[in-house]
Amino acid sequence: MSETTTTAAAGTASGLPADKELLLKADNLEAGYVPGVNILDGCSIEVGKGELVGIIGPNGAGKSTLLKALFGLVNITSGTVTLDGQDITGMKANSLVARGVGFVPQTNNVFPSLTVEENMRMGVYLRPRTFDQRFEFIVDLFPTLGERRSQRAGAMSGGERQMVAMARALMMNPSVLLLDEPSAGLSPVRQDEAFLRTRMINKAGVSVIMVEQNARRCLQICDRGYVLDQGKDAYTGTGQELQSDPKVISLYLGTLAEDVEKEN
Amino acid sequence: MDIIAQLFAGLSLGSVLLLAALGLSLTFGQMGVINMAHGEFMMAGAYTAFVVQGVVGDAGVSLLLALPLGFVVGGLLGLLLEATLIHRMYRRPLDTLLVTWGVALVLQQVARDVFGAPNVDVRAPAWLSGAVEIGGLALPRTRLFILALAAVCVVALALALRATPLGRRIRAVVQNRDLAEASGISSRATDRVTFFIGSGLAGIAGVALTLLGSIGPTLGTNYIVDAFLVVVAGGIGQIKGTVIAATALGLMQAFLEYSTTASVAKVLVFVAIVAFLQLRPQGLVSVRTRSLA
Repeated sequence: MSETTTTAAAGTASGLPADKELLLKADNLEAGYVPGVNILDGCSIEVGKGELVGIIGPNGAGKSTLLKALFGLVNITSGTVTLDGQDITGMKANSLVARGVGFVPQTNNVFPSLTVEENMRMGVYLRPRTFDQRFEFIVDLFPTLGERRSQRAGAMSGGERQMVAMARALMMNPSVLLLDEPSAGLSPVRQDEAFLRTRMINKAGVSVIMVEQNARRCLQICDRGYVLDQGKDAYTGTGQELQSDPKVISLYLGTLAEDVEKEN
Repeated sequence: MDIIAQLFAGLSLGSVLLLAALGLSLTFGQMGVINMAHGEFMMAGAYTAFVVQGVVGDAGVSLLLALPLGFVVGGLLGLLLEATLIHRMYRRPLDTLLVTWGVALVLQQVARDVFGAPNVDVRAPAWLSGAVEIGGLALPRTRLFILALAAVCVVALALALRATPLGRRIRAVVQNRDLAEASGISSRATDRVTFFIGSGLAGIAGVALTLLGSIGPTLGTNYIVDAFLVVVAGGIGQIKGTVIAATALGLMQAFLEYSTTASVAKVLVFVAIVAFLQLRPQGLVSVRTRSLA
């Protein structure tokens, strides 16, 4: 990745490589579910066009809340979100979809009673005429979905459902895709598949913001990562930088080995 | 012969239950809103028929006018309730129950103030008076009309949900709100439309009830509990289940009433429902998936 990226600078709003064009920017976001209790507490991230950005952090750091706030599912109490230079703060999810933001929830991310094809049709609910063209794109990317187009999504395995969920979000041809823990609930082999799929989507030209529990794997495939801690962006850097940064390791990536050593 | 007579009585009762419960299967079954004022929307539909008849005069024309008007009146009341109160408490079912119960009491008092406390009568049209004789069995035409009306409402609702873009929107929001939003559907607008239709169906049920007897401000309270029972027993959010449950409860009530008394029959039906829900808490019909959630 770009050499200009600075390593792990705490609390900085930036982090975007100089050669990348800004696509989405969250500035000093404060958001939460209950009035007076902020889950996000001054969180800032930047995502460039074509970037694959991973967001990691300990449980309760606000990773999923950040994603939901970007997508208008959680009320933003302070701060701004811009997409392609336009202010989209506080916009409802359904209007963000029309503006090119795709979102894949962590669980329950397909319509179980609908077939694969019907799920894809829901994906282009706002532009039904583009179905054929978009479905072709999806089948190119995930041939399995072409073969299974008339299978009920609820009858598919977890890994397959994850694929359907991503494909549904891609039907609107989004400029940025928000993924909430694509590996959640999957076996290690299926997790790797989900990560590879995410990378494939990114290679097809879609910017991706991915929230992940599985930090190591996530950083391995990401261009850049943000480490969240207590509702703030604590560190940013390329995936490789973060993986080897001692501060990140001590904060999150695992002190288990040290703890075990101490015990002995 | 007796069995057939009871069968008809049961189906007829079932069709009334179904009309009362059909709207609830949308607002309660699909949206999860406990609307205790649903019965009062039926009452509003019934008084709509009364008012229309006062204006139009001819019983036949007024009935045919009252059905769509009752739908609109019930629907608008529902829309008003949703927009002012219910949408603030979608995740607080118990608060909704209390608030809508309060609204129900207010609506009853409004009806008393406007139309007076005594019951009023709506004349049935001439073509619905009398009975159809089949094999020595007299089937009242009003009852047949309500059976047909219930069937039409069920088919219309099922088709609307299954085959129209609006229906797809409603099903999507019901199944998964966030995912519907993520597909570009405004769940807020969909909630309103769903509530309008569900409440409108209550209005139609109210118009139908004017054919069976005189109507009063407390008309709705007689039906609300049974209607909720039908939806719960049928399986939340399943129209198919609501239809089966309404028919089954109607038949059970009719046959038990025949061999015992009306109140004993009611008790037995309640006991049967409680026992049934112990065995099958999800109701008659439910959706299964491979996922745990």
